[in-house]
Amino acid sequence: MVTLDETDLAIMHATQAGLPLSPQPYQRIAEQLGLTAEIVMTRMAAMQEQGIIRRIGAVPNHYKLGYRFNGMTVWNVPDEVIDKLGLQVGQLEFVSHCYHRPRHLPEWPYNLFAMVHGKTQMDVDQQIRQITDLLGDYNQGSEVLYSTKILKKTGFRSR
Amino acid sequence: MDEIDRRIINTLQTGFPIGDAPYQEVAVQLGLTEQALIKRLQALLDNGTLTRFGPLYHAELMGGALTLAAVKAPSKRFDEVTDIINAFPEVAHNYARNHNLNMWFVIATETPEQIRQTLTAIEQQTGLTVYNMPKINEYFVGLKLEA
Repeated sequence: MVTLDETDLAIMHATQAGLPLSPQPYQRIAEQLGLTAEIVMTRMAAMQEQGIIRRIGAVPNHYKLGYRFNGMTVWNVPDEVIDKLGLQVGQLEFVSHCYHRPRHLPEWPYNLFAMVHGKTQMDVDQQIRQITDLLGDYNQGSEVLYSTKILKKTGFRSR
Repeated sequence: MDEIDRRIINTLQTGFPIGDAPYQEVAVQLGLTEQALIKRLQALLDNGTLTRFGPLYHAELMGGALTLAAVKAPSKRFDEVTDIINAFPEVAHNYARNHNLNMWFVIATETPEQIRQTLTAIEQQTGLTVYNMPKINEYFVGLKLEA
C-alpha cells in the first residue's frame, strides 16, 4: 500500500468528481486548495507514476456509444493455471476488466471473470468464442451474464 | 454525436496530459480550438455520453477497499431490494443481470472493515444471502471503447 500525505489526499478529494473544464484545470485545483499549480501537477504525475492514478481521461457510458451488449463472462478454470490464463484473457482487446474471484460452491463454480463489450450480440458471441478457444481444455464451464439495467452508477473513482 | 465528438472520446480515453494548458495540447492534436474542445466535452458530460472526466484513482492502493457482490432478489421484491441496496452510499454501482444471481453491485469503502460491515447490513436489511466476490487477483483493467 502506498502512503499518501495530506496534500495528495486533498488533491484526490478535489479531483475525484472530475477535472475542471477550464483552460488551466491544474491551476484551478491549486487555487481551490491554496497550493501552487506546480505542486498539484508534480503530485498528480507522481501518483500516476505509482499507479494510484490509473489514468487521467474520459469514461464513456457504454450504452451511449452503442455498446448495448456488455457481458460479464465467467469461467471455471483450475486454480493452478488461472494466473497464466487470466493474463492471456486480459490481453484480448475487447476485455475491459479481468479478475480472479472466489467460487461459491456448489452454485457458483466460476473463478475467472472477464468483461466484454459489443455493439451486437454477434460481436459478443465472437468474443466469447475467442476466449473459449484460448482456454481450451482448461475451460470447465462458463456463463455470460448480461446487464439488463443500470440500477445505480455513481461517479466513483476506480473502475 | 458527430465525428469530432468520436475523436474526442477516443483520444481522451487513452489519457490526458498534465501541464499548464492541457486542453490546448489536446485540441491541437485534434485540430480544434481549446474553446471548442472544452465546450464539446461539457456537452458530452451533460448529455451522459461521458460519465466522468478526470483522474481515475486506484482505490485499494490508497488503503480503500472494493468488492463485487451479488444477491438473488426475488422478482416480486426486486424494486424494494434495489432501493435498500442503492441507499447505501458505499454501493458505487449496481447492475441487474440475467441470472439467478440477478443483482450485482460494487461496494467501495475507505477500509476493508467497512466492506464487512456493509455486507452484513445489506444481509440484515434485505434478508438475502450476499455472495461476496472480492478480487483475488487483477489481470487487466483498462476500459477503452471505440466511439
